[in-house]
Amino acid sequence: MTELKEKSRPHNGPDTQAVTFDPLDKALINLLQRGLPVNEAPFASIAEALNTTEQEVLSRLNTLLAQGVLSRFGPMYDAACLGGAFTLAAMAVPAAEFDHVCEVVNGFEQIAHNYQRNHRLNMWFVIATESETEIATVIEQIEAKTGIEVLNVPKLEEFYVGLYLPI
Amino acid sequence: MMQANLTETQPGPVQSTLPMPPGAPEASLTQEQQRQLRVYLEQGLPLSPHPYREIAARLATGEAQIMTQIKQWQEQSLIRRLGLVVKHRQLGYRANAMVVWDIKDTDMEHIAGQLAARPEVSLCYQRPRRLPHWHYNLFCMIHGKDRSAVLEQINLLTRELALEHVNKDVLFSYKAFKQQGARYSQRKTADDRA
Repeated sequence: MTELKEKSRPHNGPDTQAVTFDPLDKALINLLQRGLPVNEAPFASIAEALNTTEQEVLSRLNTLLAQGVLSRFGPMYDAACLGGAFTLAAMAVPAAEFDHVCEVVNGFEQIAHNYQRNHRLNMWFVIATESETEIATVIEQIEAKTGIEVLNVPKLEEFYVGLYLPI
Repeated sequence: MMQANLTETQPGPVQSTLPMPPGAPEASLTQEQQRQLRVYLEQGLPLSPHPYREIAARLATGEAQIMTQIKQWQEQSLIRRLGLVVKHRQLGYRANAMVVWDIKDTDMEHIAGQLAARPEVSLCYQRPRRLPHWHYNLFCMIHGKDRSAVLEQINLLTRELALEHVNKDVLFSYKAFKQQGARYSQRKTADDRA
């Protein structure tokens, strides 16, 4: 098929302009956020549901990946069940040191997300590791490298997880 | 079909030679194959007509075994969902509010249950207070396209659930510095794709 999104480049910065989507892109993104079927030809099933072809679905998905709209096409795991460990952590970083501290924190491969937020505790990040002890180690190392205390607020109970972002 | 291509990348024993653990004919993957399957899934499903067959070839097993294993993980809720992981900012969801509440322990189940049932709430977790710096013990995420609309939603749900008396704070994110899928397998094993 012809490449509809040739002008789009991969997005480097996380805050770049949102890409625009045509109706098929939108339908695809909405449907696939609900999950991919587990059968011999899952993209053909999706194509059928959207009244298009398997080729078209795959081509669109490749383009969306290249544009950086999709971060991945795969499973959302329950980390704890798989033996991994997860936590949410926060730091109160002085404005002048923010960029430097951010670099230090993101330098740890165990950091999965890192957001600046409007609060005295202005840096919030997720630590994802193999074990609880590794979480403690990462926190100690961040504290040692930055001199800033890390607030560790692991999940105690989950009441709902259902991130679905229709477009 | 991409059979030729696959055998080139990953030659291996044919599926019929795989040992079948006694009593578990449905889950015929070895521990090591299960681990490798998780690694492949984390890296992202192949965007090809038969993604499960492709993974099966890499693991020297059958497509049916791969699909059975994935379905089993889904039934056990180890995999919540197999699909698209989006970058919400790229979809125009730029207002990402973390609403944090200071809920009395005895009210937790009830209030968290009510918040979790609201369609605009996408995640709802209880987390520990860290006194004296942090008083909040219930975290909800609300994603929207602009802040004023999200604040309006928060006001509305606060009123409708009669939570005006509860201390809360709204932390908007204004910059994402890192947003990537978490990896649960060791990096060294995640890199072993041929």
